[in-house]
Amino acid sequence: MDWQGQKLAEHLMQILLVSFALGAFVTGYIVGSFQLMLLIYAAGVVLTSLFTVPNWPWFNKHPLTWLEPVEAERHPKPEKPVAPVGKKKSTKQK
Amino acid sequence: MHSFLYRLNALLTFSLIILALICGMASFSDNFNTPSPSVDLKVLNVNWFHKQHGNDEVSLTFSVEADLQSLFTWNTKQIFVFVAAEYETPKNALNQISLWDGIIPSKDSAKFSIQVSNKYRFTDQGSNLRGKPFNLTLHWHVMPKTGKMFADKIVTSSYRLPDEYR
Repeated sequence: MDWQGQKLAEHLMQILLVSFALGAFVTGYIVGSFQLMLLIYAAGVVLTSLFTVPNWPWFNKHPLTWLEPVEAERHPKPEKPVAPVGKKKSTKQK
Repeated sequence: MHSFLYRLNALLTFSLIILALICGMASFSDNFNTPSPSVDLKVLNVNWFHKQHGNDEVSLTFSVEADLQSLFTWNTKQIFVFVAAEYETPKNALNQISLWDGIIPSKDSAKFSIQVSNKYRFTDQGSNLRGKPFNLTLHWHVMPKTGKMFADKIVTSSYRLPDEYR
């Protein structure tokens, strides 16, 4: 899942859950059935998890493009700054 | 990082928070219900009335006629009702003795009319019951599916116990 996909998945999850909850509450209140509210909400949670949890293709539409390795080689890392060395260390290194 | 389990965890956590919220809203919606219960309690007979171990005890037969259907909302699980005899003695400003109780599981059975003798003993602390006026009161506790429990009562007209033991 790419960056945009992550954002989309998170937003979708929140929006879907909240709207299912509102729908469930309103329906349950009008019908007068607490059980119906819970059932609708449970179905909503299952649907939302099916829709936003797996790594679906529509979350991978903006793949990150990395620099080519050749491009990276043209700009080599600066060498490690040589640490000031004492007597002992310098002898050991040699 | 943004793995399957991470998303599943986030979803379950968020869904449970929302579940708690809608349960809170359901409990809150009970406040919009304005119940109009009606109760009629009548003492039909004083079966016996005597003094035992220094304490007055009486057995009554009474009728309970109640319509508590308006107490039921979509968030009501059941209603607990009990009939109490309430009277005043020199020692205690309010004595409450539960005579009968019951659980109403559904709206359909919330309108009922029964005649019963007291299920629990009507015994005084002492011998103050001769000629004592008392109230029969129907108390109820509305037990919701989620949230706040409501309790209320209706006091019905006063009766007087007989002046002599029988």
